Amino acid sequence: MATNAYVPHAAGYVDNEGVKIVSSRFGYEDSYTFERSLATGGYEALKKALRLPPAELAATVKDAVLLGRGGAGFPAGVKWGFMPPVWPRYLVVNGDESEPGTYKDRLLMERDPHQIIEGCIITCYALGLNTCFLYVRGEMPVAQERIAQALNDAYAAGFVGRNINGTDVSIDVVLHWGAGAYIVGEETALIESLEGNRGMPRLKPPFFPAAKGLYMKPTIVNNVETLANLPWIVTNGAEAYRRFGSEKSPGTRMLAISGHVKRPGVYEVEQGKVTFRDLFYGENYCGGIRDDNDLKMFIPGGGSAPWFFEEQLDLALEASEVGPAGSMLGSGALVVMDHTTDAVRACLRVVRFFARESCGKCTPCREGTSWEEKVLERILEGKGRAEDIDLLLEIGSSISPGNYPVAAHSEDGLAAVPFPPKQTTICPLGPSSVAPITSAIRRFRFEFEAKIPTVPAADVASESPVPAGSGS
Amino acid sequence: MSRLSLANVELAHEIISHYPRKKSALIPLLHVAQEQDGYVSEAAMEHLAELVGITPAEVLGTASFYEMFKFEPQGKYMVNICTNISCQLNGGEELLHHAEETLGIRPGGTTADGLFTLEDVECIAACTEAPCLQVNYRYEYRLGNDDFDRLIADLRSGARSEIPAHGTLGRVRQHIPDDRRAGIEPPEDAGTPSWFSSRSAD
Repeated sequence: MATNAYVPHAAGYVDNEGVKIVSSRFGYEDSYTFERSLATGGYEALKKALRLPPAELAATVKDAVLLGRGGAGFPAGVKWGFMPPVWPRYLVVNGDESEPGTYKDRLLMERDPHQIIEGCIITCYALGLNTCFLYVRGEMPVAQERIAQALNDAYAAGFVGRNINGTDVSIDVVLHWGAGAYIVGEETALIESLEGNRGMPRLKPPFFPAAKGLYMKPTIVNNVETLANLPWIVTNGAEAYRRFGSEKSPGTRMLAISGHVKRPGVYEVEQGKVTFRDLFYGENYCGGIRDDNDLKMFIPGGGSAPWFFEEQLDLALEASEVGPAGSMLGSGALVVMDHTTDAVRACLRVVRFFARESCGKCTPCREGTSWEEKVLERILEGKGRAEDIDLLLEIGSSISPGNYPVAAHSEDGLAAVPFPPKQTTICPLGPSSVAPITSAIRRFRFEFEAKIPTVPAADVASESPVPAGSGS
Repeated sequence: MSRLSLANVELAHEIISHYPRKKSALIPLLHVAQEQDGYVSEAAMEHLAELVGITPAEVLGTASFYEMFKFEPQGKYMVNICTNISCQLNGGEELLHHAEETLGIRPGGTTADGLFTLEDVECIAACTEAPCLQVNYRYEYRLGNDDFDRLIADLRSGARSEIPAHGTLGRVRQHIPDDRRAGIEPPEDAGTPSWFSSRSAD
């Protein structure tokens, strides 16, 4: 089953039936080459775009209701409208994919780099941007190579650089590599990193990138998948785009479904048209839980998303349904866990990620995430203390105060708390660490309790690692 | 180790020319240094500071934030095993334990023969192919213990020569010919692109 040959091509994509907006070339072995791109309509959208007034192009994208595919789901056209009339202004493309469970931007970068470059030029043209920086995650050398080659070819052919396609339009697109830091996927941290600094988020306000971004100039930060949609939208128009997907979330999404399913894979799926049940159990998709086991829980939108359970299986994959139900679609990462999964162990693993990746700028996150990890570790090792479960919730509430988003549980009469969580931090990384804790404890508190030895309270108090009077 | 070679200084100047401000080139330049020596040496950081016009302390300040930059020699092959959630669910942690026993090292450690450095890493975006790992950032998918043993044997015997040395990332680099360059200027000197003004006036 495992292959020992080095696979230069990203595996995992499943070419099933349905509309293909961003993965239309994935079926070709040479999908990443300039020749294949040209032979399949590549750069035709760019030529069309250059014949339109920039404002008309921006209006088309706004009409298409192209929602950002990086995690927050904000409409790209609206984001574009936030820029004050100040120049120079920049485009930064976020290819720093590293949210746990997320696997789609790497595919798009490795398999169709020209589509992204075309999207970059269209965006720069529509908004009068001076230069575009394509920020690719450091650990993805094949994506780096393919984009570098694609840019060299596109420059040589006149689709990027000076006098694009023989017009007076001149835009540079620069490939940039990161060096390993999840937090750099946050847009202000991405900008800091691109300025050659430690990748720590900036405070918003005042540093909204659209107004004060790269070099304190107006900057648009868009996800790779978001931009990959643009050639199709320019070619076919906003109305055609809105015919796919749902009214509130038009078009498709690239979804990576991993974990305990029979056929894990990356699928391009129309938004709002399928349910979680369709994806996990449908024969066109994952074909059921491995060994026909029972579903225990699933993560609907990456490590930062609160968990869902069987009760949420029939929700449509649509932000306006998932948000009120207590979680998010995030970065299109679905992780399925069957009944054999240890909820405490899974919770610890996701929390550990945030503890390791916290940049350390905000105290509640820097201190809180590592305490969450330590307390969970000792519970898992059978060294937990009676008060540890409440302690976890208390640490969580100091990073994210108030009711944390959670899925409904009708058996226990538990109503959903809608997404997003509140935060005492600059960025959502810290609050995200609370998602697995709240999700797991609300639903599987007995699993935590079962791991905690019952010992006299006096022994526990004398060894408590948390100083008295700490916490919120 | 050493400062950048003459060829790498030339490459560094080309990379710097891609940015409106020199310091923006710092992370790509640190990768050049790591590709040259297998890690980022103090001499290289001093050299980069000169090239970019900042202090060596500022170079270290940036470099030390990023997981990929190493400040001492590493094994010939860096084996990065993912144990994040999708891989954990499919045996990533067991694979890591097997690797620890097989190689006789803990994450962060290097084998005595200098061949392998082991790391447990966070999600590397191959979640549907779990459990996965990277050798010098090249992917291996769906590995059981036997697959891992075979991989290590192949690396020892030199059968995996397509995997470049640690520090080498994308082997194709972007080159912007002077006559194709739109013009990347310092933000202080750059204004509204003339094509945008003329096309927005109509």
